[in-house]
Amino acid sequence: MNNVPSIYIHYSLCIYSSCHYFNFFLKSSIFNCIVGKGPVISFEQIGILHKRFKQLSHNEDTLRRDDLNTIPDLSCNPIRTQIIEAFFDKRNFHQNGEGTVQEISFEEFLVVMSHFRPPALNMTEEQRESIRREKLRFLFNMHDTDNDGTITLEEYRHVVEELLSRSGALGKETAKGIADAAMLEVASISMGHMEPDEFYEGITFEHFLKILKDIEIETRMNIRFLNMDTTNLCK
Amino acid sequence: MSVRVALHSRSFLERGLLLLVILIFLEGTVLTLGAASSPDISAQDNTGGHDHLDDHRGIAGSHVHPNYTKKAFPVLSLDYHHIQVPFEISLWVLLASLMKLGFHLIPQLSSIVPESCLLIVVGLLVGGLIKLAGEEVPPVLDSNLFFLCLLPPIILDAGYFLPIRPFMENIGTILMFAVVGTLWNAFFVGGLLYAVCQIEGTYLSQVELLPCLLFGSIISAVDPVAVLAVFEEIHINELLHILVFGESLLNDAVTVVLYHLFEEYSGAGEVTPMDVVLGVICFLIVSLGGIAVGAIYGILAAFTSRFTSHTRVIEPLFVFVYSYMAYLSAEMFHLSGIMALIACGAVMRPYVEANISHKSHTTVKYFLKMWSSVSETLIFIFLGVATVAGPHAWNWTFVSVTVILCLVSRVIGVVGLTFIINKFRIVKLTTKDQFIVAYGGLRGAIAFSLGYLLDKNLFPMRTMFLTAIITEIFFTVFVQGMTIKPLVDLLAVKKKQEAKRSINEEIHTQFLDHLLTGIEDICGHYGHHHWKDKLNRFNKKYIKKCLIAGERYKEPQLIAFYHKMEFKQAIELVESGGGVKLPSAVPSQVSMQNIQPKKLPPPVAERALPQFTKGREEEIRKILRSNLQKTRQRLRSYNRHTLVADPFEDGWNDFILKKQRLIELEKKVRLMSNYLTVPGATPDSPTMCRARLASDPNAFYNIKASSDGVPTIQVDLASPQSPDSVNMLNEFSKRGATGQGLGQREGADRDEDQGLMMKPAGKGEKGEEEGGNKNPGLMRCLSDPGPSNEDEEDEPFLP
Repeated sequence: MNNVPSIYIHYSLCIYSSCHYFNFFLKSSIFNCIVGKGPVISFEQIGILHKRFKQLSHNEDTLRRDDLNTIPDLSCNPIRTQIIEAFFDKRNFHQNGEGTVQEISFEEFLVVMSHFRPPALNMTEEQRESIRREKLRFLFNMHDTDNDGTITLEEYRHVVEELLSRSGALGKETAKGIADAAMLEVASISMGHMEPDEFYEGITFEHFLKILKDIEIETRMNIRFLNMDTTNLCK
Repeated sequence: MSVRVALHSRSFLERGLLLLVILIFLEGTVLTLGAASSPDISAQDNTGGHDHLDDHRGIAGSHVHPNYTKKAFPVLSLDYHHIQVPFEISLWVLLASLMKLGFHLIPQLSSIVPESCLLIVVGLLVGGLIKLAGEEVPPVLDSNLFFLCLLPPIILDAGYFLPIRPFMENIGTILMFAVVGTLWNAFFVGGLLYAVCQIEGTYLSQVELLPCLLFGSIISAVDPVAVLAVFEEIHINELLHILVFGESLLNDAVTVVLYHLFEEYSGAGEVTPMDVVLGVICFLIVSLGGIAVGAIYGILAAFTSRFTSHTRVIEPLFVFVYSYMAYLSAEMFHLSGIMALIACGAVMRPYVEANISHKSHTTVKYFLKMWSSVSETLIFIFLGVATVAGPHAWNWTFVSVTVILCLVSRVIGVVGLTFIINKFRIVKLTTKDQFIVAYGGLRGAIAFSLGYLLDKNLFPMRTMFLTAIITEIFFTVFVQGMTIKPLVDLLAVKKKQEAKRSINEEIHTQFLDHLLTGIEDICGHYGHHHWKDKLNRFNKKYIKKCLIAGERYKEPQLIAFYHKMEFKQAIELVESGGGVKLPSAVPSQVSMQNIQPKKLPPPVAERALPQFTKGREEEIRKILRSNLQKTRQRLRSYNRHTLVADPFEDGWNDFILKKQRLIELEKKVRLMSNYLTVPGATPDSPTMCRARLASDPNAFYNIKASSDGVPTIQVDLASPQSPDSVNMLNEFSKRGATGQGLGQREGADRDEDQGLMMKPAGKGEKGEEEGGNKNPGLMRCLSDPGPSNEDEEDEPFLP
């Protein structure tokens, strides 16, 4: 896929001549990350995403949290803060990132989006596995807020509380219980027997892979990137 | 008269004989079953014989003395005609059920041959026997019987338990296959068949184009009954299952329209472009109208079930009656009855399930499964019988061309359509998937019944059509049905995972839904997830409020799932004997304390402090109390009827009995293994325990029979030892007289322990807390948290 047909380059040149990303794309590893293995976000789609980016950032080069916070459609999403945080989390940009940033450029925006690209038609088992790991890693990072490699009970409780945050006091009450039950389930699946004085630190990534192996994440965690421009229709 | 009686008794004897033959057939394979039933049969035979004699005597008497008012009172008389119809129906149903029973007793047989094939063979045998006996084979697969009685249960079962989420996710593909695919099949098969008929030497030149197209439209539809029967046995993955099955359900509208269209114009002979337009409009009306009728009845059913809390016994009936009425109403206007049923079942299910009791839900489930499986069995047997019944007009060319064309058109249709669909699908269909979809296109009894409906005068080729249809059905069911399983294994097509949904998966499914919706919103386009989310919110805000009684409409899906899981665990625990097991026998468990964050000072330091300060203890008490009160309030708001008012509903008595037994046993265990019941030489000093409780008083719902052997379900909600729990006791005394008594005993027990050592007291405290927290859950369960079962999926309104 690295030898992109020249017509595409030409086409994308047209799109990106105004912004300076094109050169950057060809040499950067991000290019490989998005277009490199298997499923592809086409240049048209990148162009549309770029338009949207500009729209959100009010024609700035960088996007801030506030820009995302003000999307009206997002306002009733129970896990809004976590979604927004994911865009500013360095771990989602490259392999060994850590911490958060205040604003992101279009490349980073695109890299985060690329976690949601649809799978290709014919994948080898290894490809499938690597995509699976990558997508689950993204989810894991959303839960693991302090970046210590485990989702602790506190963090998990927070996740469930957020999920139920739209259902009022009733949700709050039960959220804890649900998180505890879920944690207990993880512990009993991944640890088997535990002595009473042992302590389960939290969900590691390996355990996370294990408990979610029945969710076919590679076929579910993807969205359709449009080929046509609908940004005007959306708020 | 006497002749008729004799005839009837003959047929009676014959039927007895028939049954006997069947049973012998079974006996050959299943000795136990035969042994159990054969005495009954011979007894029946004997009485039959006596009846016969008695009857003759009585009739002879009446002939000799026609004008006599006084005659011998007939001690025993026979009037078979009087009961003939229901009796024969029961006989058929009995035959079907026995067959089903028999096949499942021979696992080797059913693992090689699909049940549907065996049933057809049985049908052939029964038909052959009837024919051998010289009787006229009854027209069992009569269209009215089939469409009004046999088909609806199967479709309702399919619609009610339709996995909505995968169905809606693949609705585009399914519709494409169902509408375009079926149209393609109909015209391809019909057109080419007509072309073949025109070839000289086939002696089929009298077959016109329109009848050919009509035949094509009958034969091209994939049959839901056959698909269900075969696909249920091969355990294919969810995607493929829903693709083929969904297609078979939704192509009904196309079939209905094409059928009526061609039937109408076969007489006229001409089709104008206007008719084509009308046909398209008709298709829209038939399909959408069917869905609308179904949805209306579904909503009515949901609304009715809102008010049934006082008459639980008739709850299940509403589900069936409304659905059947939906089907009949749709059929009345020649709308698609199948789509009406599917829509009705799918629409009513989420609301009805929230309203009706757990037992009613079980009843609905079982009745649907029972009816549909009996219907299915009968349909296949009747197919066999109808094959024998004939009449047949075998034409090699017509039949073989039909079979080949069906295969070819199906393959071309699927491959071609997938090529288009894959451009739009996120998850593409692989070649293997295409093969299974094409190969799984089984034909079945619907085609036969439609063919049977044809008018003999209008269609002189009806017999030949029927023969070809039967051959095609046999070909797909036998050849494809039998080979699909080995092929699935050979191709290593992904199978269905039978795992139960875990709470983690549920959390992440929901999380993923919201995440994708959010990402779509950020991307700035309104996609699938966005609309789904909108619809869900609308459903939650307005529809649920109208259709679901009480407070439950507020319950988010995750919480509902969690409660169901809790309930299931409680049931499992009670059934398995709960905490009676010795700790060593408990399978590897992780208890709550393993995952609790250890924020507490190390246990050594804890032990150094021998007791609590008064203030701290009071504080803990307060937390516990407020928590208990809170849960109590919640529980009250969930109660749609009190337990006391309706003790039978949920088997409360049963539960109490079990509880008593449990507690007795558990006491014994405790006596013999006191050291085991204490959380060992662990850091769980009483203070620690209490502190933990304080830090997380809510966390005890899920302590199973963990290593400390605390019986998890305790009726003794509060032991009288702690002063503030007396209030609790009063609160609950209404429902728990038994529990109270036991509680006191427990309390006494505990006091004793406390006198001896500290640790059990800590445990007692823990148990108490656990009881307090457990019980709301239980109460809720018993007060009927709505349905829960292992295979169901609780979907949002639209996934």
